[in-house]
Amino acid sequence: MTSYLIRNAQILGGAPKDIHIADGVVREIGEGLTVEADVDIDAHGLIALPGLVDLHTHLREPGREDAETVLTGTQAAAKGGYTAVHAMANTFPVADTAGVVEQVWRLGQESGYCDVQPVGAVTVGLEGKKLAELGAMHDSAAGVRVFSDDGKCVDDAVIMRRALEYVKAFDGVVAQHAQEPRLTEGAQMNEGQVSGELGLGGWPAVAEESIIARDVLLAAHVGSRLHVCHVSTAGSVEIIRWAKAKGWNVTAEVTPHHLLLTDELVRSYDPVYKVNPPLRTAADVEALRAALADGTIDAVATDHAPHPAEDKDCEWAVAAMGMVGLETALSVVQQTMVDTGLLNWEAVADRMSYRPARIGRLTGQGRPISVGEPANLVLFDPAYRGAVDPESFATRSRNTPYRGLDLPGRVHATFLRGRATVLAGELADRDGLA
Amino acid sequence: MKRHLVSTADLARDDALLILDTAEELAQLSGRAVKKLPTLRGRTVVNLFFEDSTRTKTSFEVAEKRLSADVINFSAKGSSVSKGESLKDTALTLQAMGADAVVIRHHASGAPARLAQSEWLHGSVINAGDGTHEHPTQALLDAFTMRRHLNPGPGRDLAGRRVTIVGDVLHSRVARSNVHLLTTLGAEVTFVAPPTLLPIGIENWPCQVSYDLDAVLPKTDALMMLRVQRERMNAAFFPTEREYSRRYGMDGIRMAQLPEHAIVMHPGPMVRGMEITAEVADSPRCTVVEQVANGVSIRMAVLYLLLGGATLADSPRTDSSETAQ
Repeated sequence: MTSYLIRNAQILGGAPKDIHIADGVVREIGEGLTVEADVDIDAHGLIALPGLVDLHTHLREPGREDAETVLTGTQAAAKGGYTAVHAMANTFPVADTAGVVEQVWRLGQESGYCDVQPVGAVTVGLEGKKLAELGAMHDSAAGVRVFSDDGKCVDDAVIMRRALEYVKAFDGVVAQHAQEPRLTEGAQMNEGQVSGELGLGGWPAVAEESIIARDVLLAAHVGSRLHVCHVSTAGSVEIIRWAKAKGWNVTAEVTPHHLLLTDELVRSYDPVYKVNPPLRTAADVEALRAALADGTIDAVATDHAPHPAEDKDCEWAVAAMGMVGLETALSVVQQTMVDTGLLNWEAVADRMSYRPARIGRLTGQGRPISVGEPANLVLFDPAYRGAVDPESFATRSRNTPYRGLDLPGRVHATFLRGRATVLAGELADRDGLA
Repeated sequence: MKRHLVSTADLARDDALLILDTAEELAQLSGRAVKKLPTLRGRTVVNLFFEDSTRTKTSFEVAEKRLSADVINFSAKGSSVSKGESLKDTALTLQAMGADAVVIRHHASGAPARLAQSEWLHGSVINAGDGTHEHPTQALLDAFTMRRHLNPGPGRDLAGRRVTIVGDVLHSRVARSNVHLLTTLGAEVTFVAPPTLLPIGIENWPCQVSYDLDAVLPKTDALMMLRVQRERMNAAFFPTEREYSRRYGMDGIRMAQLPEHAIVMHPGPMVRGMEITAEVADSPRCTVVEQVANGVSIRMAVLYLLLGGATLADSPRTDSSETAQ
């Protein structure tokens, strides 16, 4: 296995140090290391972070390989600095059996660019009616611990209660897509000033907040772990803050796009801005940033949702919901959280690696950069500034809302257990990863 | 003038007045034996209707033919998705056929805006009603009708005139187009509706809002009744048809509360017995039929100005005299 000597990297933004990586682990950290390594990397000016962990990725395989495959999705993840992603269950067929989660898990193993931890569906076919075989998915080779009907809400209070209780047997967590279905029939965008003017069906904040309020109470009642997906409103933040203050076992994530973009962009009717939950208002963006800064929101999760061109090259009402995000997440976090002084790099490591790995109960991921730890890390150049070019993406899809936008920072290298999946900004050869 | 007419919010006061004044001149044509002008000879106008609309489509078609345009009716009934062809491919097809203008009616809010911004199509895009967003030529013909009654004469606006719009504002593209245009022309707009049929955020629109029709009627110069679809009550927007009619419907007793000079308007199609009784609909102060006639003049003016690339200087009078020769 190739060994690396990374020179003068600023670990979590600290003073420059050398990092020696060999045999998949961090061998040595220090100043002016003299060890021999196969490859020397000049990391002057680069930040070293632990490999990022995404709690919310749509890899689309099986079923929608025209949008993404496990291979292209994990390549995109590597280019974004990720070493582990959680693959959401809304595939075709749905990942609601041990067979499907094992298939996704195995495809991840074969990819080699990034660990793939499959998420299992909570209910059969994501239909919210009947619990899927959660235990079988946990006991499978995929070892599922995170369960979600993402894309759909587990809206039946009894089913949600049972799921929360049931997964306690194997330390699982239910990751809820909070969306009250009746309040969001025909919903096209955030309900507010802009939706009224544009004549687009509204997706009111209360449809998210009412489900979160119910779910934190349920989780408290049965003593279970609840994770709230893609929190998008200021009101949701207040409820989660309250639940945490009670000492309840509730965690939450926010997407990069909800940290940066607002529903004003929908005025263009360009479906690249169509996403679920929808882009909200500037006041919501501010509340989400503050919540991520103070830890009320535990993690940044991409909700990377690739779609083929034809599903966005159409009128707003029929366009698919979702944005790709793996390859721009760290840049958006730098812009919205670091450059604004809300988070330092240590806290970025916490929100994008340590905490998401803990929520997913991943072992060997989300570990500090220290001697003896698995060498999962990313080298990031925060001084870079450039326009986002979707044509350079590794993901199979191009539905990014940041096309042409100047964003700070870029990933220089990503290491997965000591192997460089990305080096000098370029994806490694797949053969080299085997 | 811009190249497209997608929203009345894009019309400056001068643009709006130019359209109204041009329509006024073109209206004189309808009184003549030969109602045709050669202005758009050799130009191709496509009526792209994704939604049923007999009156708007016919009105555009009459306007296009009176201006001698080559008219193509591209019927795309039903959704583009169920039909299998995307809006993009339809637009590319029309572009390849050499459409100089596309008049589009679509059930999806924003579809005309998409066409206008895309590279799919180079001609002018005229919004003939998109979802619950806008219906700009309806608002223009409404303003035209109001001006004729309340402040007639070229170059005049609707400054200080009080317009009351009653009904399903939430789902109305007519209401949205009207609030922009009427405000631009100086009118004072009041919406009257049950709170369930008003959009969230309306307090920031340039209008007043009232839940009490009777209180507003005496302070109204033009009253516009919007259609209320019966099926709305199934989604709990209001309890029953009768209750809606009692609180927000226009009948003879309410009509008597209007000032002497006030007109009663309706964009059609009317739901008689729901938002308007026969007594009001058939009364002399109801302008429904007049609005239809004015619609043709307005649509001629819009096509003329967008496609003719005309400024005030080459007014339609030049064309009229050419026809006479």
